[in-house]
Amino acid sequence: MSETLTQALVNLAYVVAASLFIFGLKLLSHPRTAVRGNLLGASGMLLAIVVTLLDRHIVGFELIIAGFVIGGAIGATLAARIPMTAMPQLVALFNGFGGAASAVVAGAALIDPTLQPEVAPGVREITLQFSIATVFSGLIGAVTFWGSLVAFGKLQGLITEKPVLLPGRHAINLLLLLGSLALGALLVGAPQEFWLYWAVVAAASLLGVLLVIPIGGADMPVVISLLNSYSGLAAAATGFVLNNNALIISGSLVGAAGLILTNLMCKAMNRSLPNVLFGGVGAVVATAQEQEDIYAGKVKATSPEEVAMLLEGARRVVFVPGYGMAVAQAQYAARDLYQLLESKGIEVEFAIHPVAGRMPGHMNVLLAEVDIPYDKLKGLEESNALFPQTDVVIVVGANDVVNPMARDVNDPSNPIAGMPILEVDKAKTVVVIKRSLSPGFAGIPNPLFAADNTLMLFADAKQALTEIVAALKES
Amino acid sequence: MDFITALTIFVLAMFAGFEVITKVPPILHTPLMSGANAISGITIIGAILAAGTKYTTLSMVLGFLAVVFATINVVGGFAVTHRMLQMFQGRRRG
Repeated sequence: MSETLTQALVNLAYVVAASLFIFGLKLLSHPRTAVRGNLLGASGMLLAIVVTLLDRHIVGFELIIAGFVIGGAIGATLAARIPMTAMPQLVALFNGFGGAASAVVAGAALIDPTLQPEVAPGVREITLQFSIATVFSGLIGAVTFWGSLVAFGKLQGLITEKPVLLPGRHAINLLLLLGSLALGALLVGAPQEFWLYWAVVAAASLLGVLLVIPIGGADMPVVISLLNSYSGLAAAATGFVLNNNALIISGSLVGAAGLILTNLMCKAMNRSLPNVLFGGVGAVVATAQEQEDIYAGKVKATSPEEVAMLLEGARRVVFVPGYGMAVAQAQYAARDLYQLLESKGIEVEFAIHPVAGRMPGHMNVLLAEVDIPYDKLKGLEESNALFPQTDVVIVVGANDVVNPMARDVNDPSNPIAGMPILEVDKAKTVVVIKRSLSPGFAGIPNPLFAADNTLMLFADAKQALTEIVAALKES
Repeated sequence: MDFITALTIFVLAMFAGFEVITKVPPILHTPLMSGANAISGITIIGAILAAGTKYTTLSMVLGFLAVVFATINVVGGFAVTHRMLQMFQGRRRG
């Protein structure tokens, strides 16, 4: 087969692969079709890999196979073993590897002419598009990799979840960004100076670390979404380096997905992206006096037995899970209580705030894992419409997302002003399962805990739910 | 392919992405993210070329590293997404 024809067929296969990705993402829009969608995406990837292996420039397969075996073993093991509660850090890690791969490929292309654009038949050289794209690939890829590693460290508890605020960090970040762009400009002018590429990568790596380290744990849904977007953009940049449509299309799809999620997460907190990234929210915690003003003499404690009695008389019960449920591994106990209540003919639903947990949809995955049907998982608006008709709301490990202080939009010091919340206080009775009255991530007290219709069950979430189940069974 | 063609493809794919992904409901946001993440592993095709052409030792090392990173991303990403989505699918009896 002539070379032009082969190349045309390869490019055709890439178009098919890209279409499979788009169809796959489209099928992800319903739980029933989503498995098929993911398999379509995977087969698109397989197709792209197979036709690439047929490329005539490949002179040896040892390294490729070794890479497949090692990477495949690591990826498959992680995917099979990871507990669902740890999903955010795993996705962060995978994002990071994707970004790193893009940056490294761009670096390799800089020294390997067979990866460079063919300007005339048989003539390959570095063009302006190639060198500029290489700089962006290295920059975005390195930021993605190191940013993701820091996010992973925070989520895994290896480094503090609290915002780490360095003095002058905005100036340092700006300098690093401008510095890496300047080094990149030098590289564009002198592409044979390979060390300049590493200099760009080094500066961008530092930038990646410093960008994520000041962001607190509860803002991780935004960070992970954004890093997801970056990993796509890095792949797209590498597509511009290699002049490859498959990379450009797939990379921009992922870039779009990440941006959409980033935007949704920011809206769910009524905060701007710059505020999340640079605001350092979560660093200030309410003083004991501020808490005392709100809680003094108004907080009512309850017992599992009392909650069981309340539930006996309820017709509609709603659970509000938060990150605390994941930390306490309380999803199984919640499922047991859910099933028991359903068997008693009580209507039970789960109200899930978009930013509950550490990544978009985190709570849904945990609840799906323990067999809660997906039609019982309700979003913000749907849940809010039904709280006034709800007898008992059980808040498990959520705090800021049910804090009525969000309605206080006129206080400039209120970090959650205007944030759409789950309006649990409109239900007849609210039971909050929490170890203490300590503030949530936003660092402010929660007047819900002192409300007339709120009962506090001070306990570990898993233990409390188990005891409520036991008390219900006894009665 | 000239730069403008490549840019056109990039921008149009972005729009396609926005159209398709906006319809994904919040309950599937985690699998969406990990699935999209696996797709960003498409950079593996660049990695394969870099590792296979064996131009210099450095380019071989870089290529090999890139294949490892990208394979973790692709295999792990699709596998973990599959694992999550099966949990959602199996619950219809509820």
